[in-house]
Amino acid sequence: MAGEALALAAVLFALGLVGLLVRRNLIFVLLSLEVMLNAAGLAFVAAGARWGQPDGQVTFLFILAIAAAEVAVGLALVLRLQTAFRSLDPDAASRLGG
Amino acid sequence: MKLVALVLVPLLGGLLAWPLGRRRTEWARIAAVLALGVDLALALSLLGPAGPGGWLATFELPWIPSLGIGLRLGLDGLSLVLVLLTLLVGLLAVFASWSEIRERVGFFHFNLCWVLAGILGVFLALDLVLFYFLWELMLVPMVFLIALWGHERKTYAAIKFFLYTQASGLLMLLAILGLGLAHQRAAGSWSFAYGDLLGVSLEPTLALWLMLGFFAAFAVKLPVVVLHTWLPDAHSQAPTAGSMVLAALLLKTGAYGLLRFAIPLFPDASVRFAPVAMVLGAIGVIYGAVLAFAQTDLKRLVAYTSVSHLGFVLLGIYAWTSFSLTGTVLQMVAHGLSTGALFVLAGALYERTHTRDLERLRGLAPVVPRMGAAALFFALASLGLPGLGNFVAEFLVLVGAWEVRPIPTTIAALGLVAATLYSLRFFQRAFHGPAAEAELADLRPRELTVLGAMGVALLWLGLAPQPLFEVVAPALDVLLRTAGGTP
Amino acid sequence: MLDLLWLVPVLPLAGFLALTFAGRRLAKPAVTAIGVGSVGLSSLVAGAVAAAFLGHMPPGGVHRQILWRWFDVAGLRPEISLHLDALSLVMILVVTGVGFLIHLYSAQFMEEDADFARFFASMNLFVAMMLVLVLAGDLLLLYLGWEGVGLCSFLLIGFWYGEPANVLAARKAFVVTRVGDVAMAIGLFILVDRLGTLDLQAVVARAEAQWAPGSAAVVAVAALLLGGAVGKSAQLPLQTWLPDAMAGPTPVSALIHAATMVTAGVYLVARTGGLFELAPSIRTAVAVIGTATLLLAAGAALVQRDIKRILAYSTISQLGYMFLGLGVGSASAAIFHLVTHAFFKALLFLGAGAVIYACHHEHDIFRLGGLRRSLPTVTWTFVAGAAALAGFPLVTAGFYSKDLVLWRAFAGGHFLLWGAGLLGAFVTALYSFRLVFVVFWGETGTEAGARPGWRMTVPLTILAALSLVGGWLGLPAVLEPVLGAAEEMAEPHGTELLLQVLAGVVSLGGIALAWALYGRPGRHGDPVADALGPVGRWWRAGWGFDALYDRLFVRPYDAVARALEKDPVDRLPAAAAGLARGFHRALALTQNGRLRWYALSLAAGATFALYLVLTL
Repeated sequence: MAGEALALAAVLFALGLVGLLVRRNLIFVLLSLEVMLNAAGLAFVAAGARWGQPDGQVTFLFILAIAAAEVAVGLALVLRLQTAFRSLDPDAASRLGG
Repeated sequence: MKLVALVLVPLLGGLLAWPLGRRRTEWARIAAVLALGVDLALALSLLGPAGPGGWLATFELPWIPSLGIGLRLGLDGLSLVLVLLTLLVGLLAVFASWSEIRERVGFFHFNLCWVLAGILGVFLALDLVLFYFLWELMLVPMVFLIALWGHERKTYAAIKFFLYTQASGLLMLLAILGLGLAHQRAAGSWSFAYGDLLGVSLEPTLALWLMLGFFAAFAVKLPVVVLHTWLPDAHSQAPTAGSMVLAALLLKTGAYGLLRFAIPLFPDASVRFAPVAMVLGAIGVIYGAVLAFAQTDLKRLVAYTSVSHLGFVLLGIYAWTSFSLTGTVLQMVAHGLSTGALFVLAGALYERTHTRDLERLRGLAPVVPRMGAAALFFALASLGLPGLGNFVAEFLVLVGAWEVRPIPTTIAALGLVAATLYSLRFFQRAFHGPAAEAELADLRPRELTVLGAMGVALLWLGLAPQPLFEVVAPALDVLLRTAGGTP
Repeated sequence: MLDLLWLVPVLPLAGFLALTFAGRRLAKPAVTAIGVGSVGLSSLVAGAVAAAFLGHMPPGGVHRQILWRWFDVAGLRPEISLHLDALSLVMILVVTGVGFLIHLYSAQFMEEDADFARFFASMNLFVAMMLVLVLAGDLLLLYLGWEGVGLCSFLLIGFWYGEPANVLAARKAFVVTRVGDVAMAIGLFILVDRLGTLDLQAVVARAEAQWAPGSAAVVAVAALLLGGAVGKSAQLPLQTWLPDAMAGPTPVSALIHAATMVTAGVYLVARTGGLFELAPSIRTAVAVIGTATLLLAAGAALVQRDIKRILAYSTISQLGYMFLGLGVGSASAAIFHLVTHAFFKALLFLGAGAVIYACHHEHDIFRLGGLRRSLPTVTWTFVAGAAALAGFPLVTAGFYSKDLVLWRAFAGGHFLLWGAGLLGAFVTALYSFRLVFVVFWGETGTEAGARPGWRMTVPLTILAALSLVGGWLGLPAVLEPVLGAAEEMAEPHGTELLLQVLAGVVSLGGIALAWALYGRPGRHGDPVADALGPVGRWWRAGWGFDALYDRLFVRPYDAVARALEKDPVDRLPAAAAGLARGFHRALALTQNGRLRWYALSLAAGATFALYLVLTL
């Protein structure tokens, strides 16, 4: 049971990562991040269920809270980016290039 | 207590000179002169018969007792000679920069006094942690002296000097810690006292590595060829007083370190290492002389002559005989004076002609005859003319080294021919040839006094150095006995 | 009286100090008074000391005056001490006497020079140092004088330093002699190491006690001391500096490069004769070097055109005779020749100086000529000097001293060396009278301008007289107790007489040939040089030694110095700095600011870490 849940989490994480890497639109990048976070959360819940401990679910609650905060900050940054660069492509903002 | 005062007086003098220099620049100079003068009197008052172990005075105060670290100072004949040299050259350096340094005068004299205090401390410290502390203390103000009042490439030179000294100093710190640990293992308690560490028995390989740690720090300062390249940059970029202190004093701390620490602490490892060191010394003599010959920058030329002269010192130290050590000490003093004087002259020339390029200096003897005579005198000292201190020094070093290892000694003796070449090239390039058209001021009374004092001292060392030898002889005998030489 | 010995070197030294520190403020007469007077006084003191010494010979024939102890380290106790015996007595008399005459002469010769005071200061210092050299009771003090005279030679060769050629000549003289000096210094190291002393008497005594004849140490010491002597006395292979040294003012050439300093090598070998006696192979080398040098230099003198260079090569050649004398074991003959040579060569140089002074600094003998009419005093004194140099029989000093050297060579069984010496004597007679006939006879070349005054002619006359009668001094007899009696003569007296006649004939033959080639009116060009052709040009260039040394030493040293100028060792830290900079560049590439690139590398890193965790 836990094995299948973890496999699902891994697949979700991989999908999120691929999305993060290939999408050029920041909204989709944020979406991919959410997917990855939830994959990690799923893994925690599955692991908690496997060991009969509540810690996994507690951690998932934390992750949810963090995800909400992250989305709020992330969307704010996206808006700033949109006004500054007139684009949502993160590569347009590669001014830090060494 | 006098020993602590010896270090504290220049420190206080420096602290005083800084704020005074903001009011009036002359006050800073006078404060420095007074501090160094008082210190010189103090040092002279320590002259006297040597006590047990060759010590003229010692001082001890606990600092970090749990680790066996203390404020331990000691003065024997060797230290005393170098202390006197330090104070004399320090005073002359203040005089020599009287008209050269016009900016941040107070801070300049603060740095100068602190460097001198660090050097004095190095010559007195008998606790290895304290020694390391003072070793680093003299580094920082020196870097400032170069970086703030230097010539065109001063930052480069200052950083290079800092990196070389700092990196090699860290190796020495490791070796000091290793030695302390070895003492702790053997005796069960921590101690960094020189006297305690002298007797620690070490496994040969470990001893060799620890000795190399010390050697690295001292070899950079001395400098030994391959580790010398900070020196031409630092010497040529520093202001006159900085070059004087570097050449006359800072390099001597390396030689002193070898004499006081590297060899007595690790006698067996040093015996194994001696052939390498002597060959390095001989190479240094020749290499420095050839490079001095090739230079066109006057101060760089003089800097390379230091590499050559201190090759003799390295040769003499590792020959470890009565002759060679006596010669080494005299070479340290005589080189301090002759090279210091050459830097004063280079500074005076630069002040007047605004160039140090030997291609552009020409035919100055008729224009500035006194300066020409002085340059000739010190060039001759530098090439080892009998009658001047450097000759007796080099003769004794070579005699002593000859007994031990004739081949490197012969090579080093050939350095005397090479020294003739660079000294004459320097003198004749700048002062001979078709008369220069320029109108230049000849040496002023203040410069004449500085150079005259150095010249008289060199003549004294060349014709009747016995009083100096008598001061250092007990100290050298003790060193020779501790490290099993042939007195 | 003997206790005033210290005044002999100190007086000129005081003159030097006075002229150095006050010379530019003094008027010329005052400078002359100090410069000439100090040496004059010194020669008077030397004369008084000599009278006292000879009148009441101290025990052992040695008077020692210890001034102070130089230093005392590990049993080595060199002293600043003066050692007076017959040998040093002869030397101080020559140095102060000839020195005084040359100083007097210089007072006029240099009168027009702006640096009059500097000239006399250097000359006084030279005399002081030379006196220290010959009076030193300790080899280390001797070395001080030795280098001191080298320094003065440097200063005076480069006296007119406005001319780059003079500057180079001065440097060359100092450097070449210093090569020899370093050899000598190493010899001193061995002496200290093995014998523990540098005291002249103790060294010889201990060497005789400790070293077997021909043992390695004594051979090495003798060879190294010979190296020093060869450098100072301009013998093969270090002879190249002396002809160039003629760049100095002529009185300098007379004093330093003819009469005194260059003979220091002869003095050294004579002084340490005990060591050379223990090293027979090196003593033979001394004789061979001397003979080779005397032939080579005589050949070179034969084809020179510059009056001073002729005399310079002649000096090298005559020093060769002295070395020959030393090498065949007759130091007294060598010193005898040293003394007579000091007289006649100083005379010749001063005469040449008078010619140069009168003829607007013309040095080329073929542009001079017929000066017999305008400069009679100079001519006749010069002829006296040349006759002494050529060994004109019976009436000249040079004849007796040179003949003694040759006779000792013959008597010692060195027939080959004797023959070579005789050949050299013939060439000497030829070149010296070539010089006389070309300059003073024949058609008038450059007109004589300024006439030498009494300050120049008086020294010339005195030296001419000494060149003629100096041979009757019983010098060898005085010197033999100090230098060791010559070996028992194998040949009877008759042979000596026969050889003397032979030497006289050879000398007269050389002079006659010179007359035939150069003296008769209607001469064209330079017959000897023309006949020799390219060989002559080779000889004129000093047998090509300069070019050889230039290729062997000067240029390679220059090339090495130039190659190292930027200090290749400095590349090491520069390489370390370069490495750090390279890393910086490589790592800066990863900081490209692309978010997704960062994410990818994060993911790749995490995967890699996971892989490591799972597999290890």
